[in-house]
Amino acid sequence: MRRCSCKLLVLPALFLPSVVALAQTPASPPATQAQISALQQQIQTAQMNADNAWMLVSAALVLLMTGPGLALFYGGLVRRKNILGTMMQSFAMMGLVTILWAICGYSFAFGHGNAFIGGFEHLFLRGVGLAPNPDYAPTIPEQTYMVYQLMFAIITPALITGAFAERMKFSAMAVFLSLWSLLVYSPMAHMVWGVGGLLNANGGHIPSLDFAGGTVVHITSGVSALVTALYLGKRLGYPHTAMPPHSMVLSFIGACLLWVGWFGFNAGSALGSGPLATSAFINTHFAAAAAAVGWTIAEWIHNGKPTALGAISGAVAGLVAITPASGFVQPFPALLIGLIAGAFCSFMVFKVKARFGYDDSLDAFGVHGAGGTLGALLTGLFATASINAAFGKGVPTGAIDGHWSQLLNQAAGVAISWGISIVGTLILLFVVDKVIGLRLAPEDEHEGLDLSQHGEEGYDLNG
Amino acid sequence: MLKIEAVLQPSKLDAVKDALLEAGIEGMTILEARGHGRQKGHTEFYRGREYTVDLLPKVKIELVVTDDRKETAIQAIMGAARTGRIGDGKIFVSKIDEAIRIRNDERGESAL
Repeated sequence: MRRCSCKLLVLPALFLPSVVALAQTPASPPATQAQISALQQQIQTAQMNADNAWMLVSAALVLLMTGPGLALFYGGLVRRKNILGTMMQSFAMMGLVTILWAICGYSFAFGHGNAFIGGFEHLFLRGVGLAPNPDYAPTIPEQTYMVYQLMFAIITPALITGAFAERMKFSAMAVFLSLWSLLVYSPMAHMVWGVGGLLNANGGHIPSLDFAGGTVVHITSGVSALVTALYLGKRLGYPHTAMPPHSMVLSFIGACLLWVGWFGFNAGSALGSGPLATSAFINTHFAAAAAAVGWTIAEWIHNGKPTALGAISGAVAGLVAITPASGFVQPFPALLIGLIAGAFCSFMVFKVKARFGYDDSLDAFGVHGAGGTLGALLTGLFATASINAAFGKGVPTGAIDGHWSQLLNQAAGVAISWGISIVGTLILLFVVDKVIGLRLAPEDEHEGLDLSQHGEEGYDLNG
Repeated sequence: MLKIEAVLQPSKLDAVKDALLEAGIEGMTILEARGHGRQKGHTEFYRGREYTVDLLPKVKIELVVTDDRKETAIQAIMGAARTGRIGDGKIFVSKIDEAIRIRNDERGESAL
């Protein structure tokens, strides 16, 4: 549930008393009536165009998060021989997921279907035109909504690539993640945001609050990442060989692009340019900042030095955690969510990963899986109808409103996203492995993705 | 003719180059290298784990000089590069069989 639809009615409602008064005036000429109607139409068009402008910008910002945000963030963290291969994984999603989304992904996610998946109603985007779809976003063309959602569908599988960095075949990755977007992402998106979805805040069987994709994007990608990392096994030489980032500079740039792009991710999920977008924007920024500080402090205490990698990872962790909460909470709870996420995710990455020894190379699970889970639960705690009356005017949303059972609903959403991610990912990994083979041959892994998969070198320093 | 190879701290490169030029030695080849002798590496952090980087950045200078200039060159290098601490580097001297100027096929000491 993203927007408070009552806000749409505010502007014309302001005019309604005077219009009614005018209409009741005896002998109001038809010309005046016509003028008033025309003006009302213009007002509505102007508001819709305002919403559409912000939504198109938001869609562009979210795409920016993948390319080059995530491409650079991940690219800088891997060894030099794998830079192009890593960036290509994100870029491949930009191409492949777009095509699949247009053909059937959007239909499976947002078409009418059952509680778990949409149907074939919008195959090849049939019926998705420039008129709004009132089920989802009544003030913007449905194509705007569709393309905005597409950018989410693109980045989600791209996030998973962090877990299997430096060791998966390009062909296998392309097939695996393309199928993943249809088998895991679209159903999850349908359950949380689709009409009739099981977890939809608006009338779902288990109404859960996920403003911009804590479960749909971050838990699914993070948990699927963990499953993939465990299935594929560790990189050759891990953990005895140190494999530090070859360019923290690129990662830094990528992280900052992610932060800025996230304003489109969260504030754009208001599906309009009104005050709710402002709330989400502020919460996003506050959480990122607090989490960066939180992680940095935790690391300073733990290691004695604050690292750049820690600071930027902290910011991303905060952004992940605030994602489900961004349009539901007040600003200072958003700060708190960020602070907690920074500390918690740093703990996941420093301690838990080392303790269990899995090679989640770029911490997709530690940041997205763990951060998304935390954020989804904290959303249940801090959501308030004073920011977003998602369940109806005057109806409490989260625990601080008194609605403590929302925490259970959030937990249910978390459990379902974990479940579908684990099962869906395992099935796909197994199938793709048998048909194509997932992992690079050892000599290819030694040579690096760039040369073995793409016949290219990222840097020609002698050129 | 002798080849002098000196492995140095990168921060000493400019001083050594200047000292050699002042001593009248102009031809040299500079390479970026990594390595260590008895010098310990430094620790870096990655994801909360400490690890030691023990292949340290170094600079290698190679010169070929006439036999009579060997000590001049060595003293120039040592004077500029020495700090007294572990990690200052090393100098190796070896014999050169032939030297040729590519431009005009000049051979022997006059090619240096």
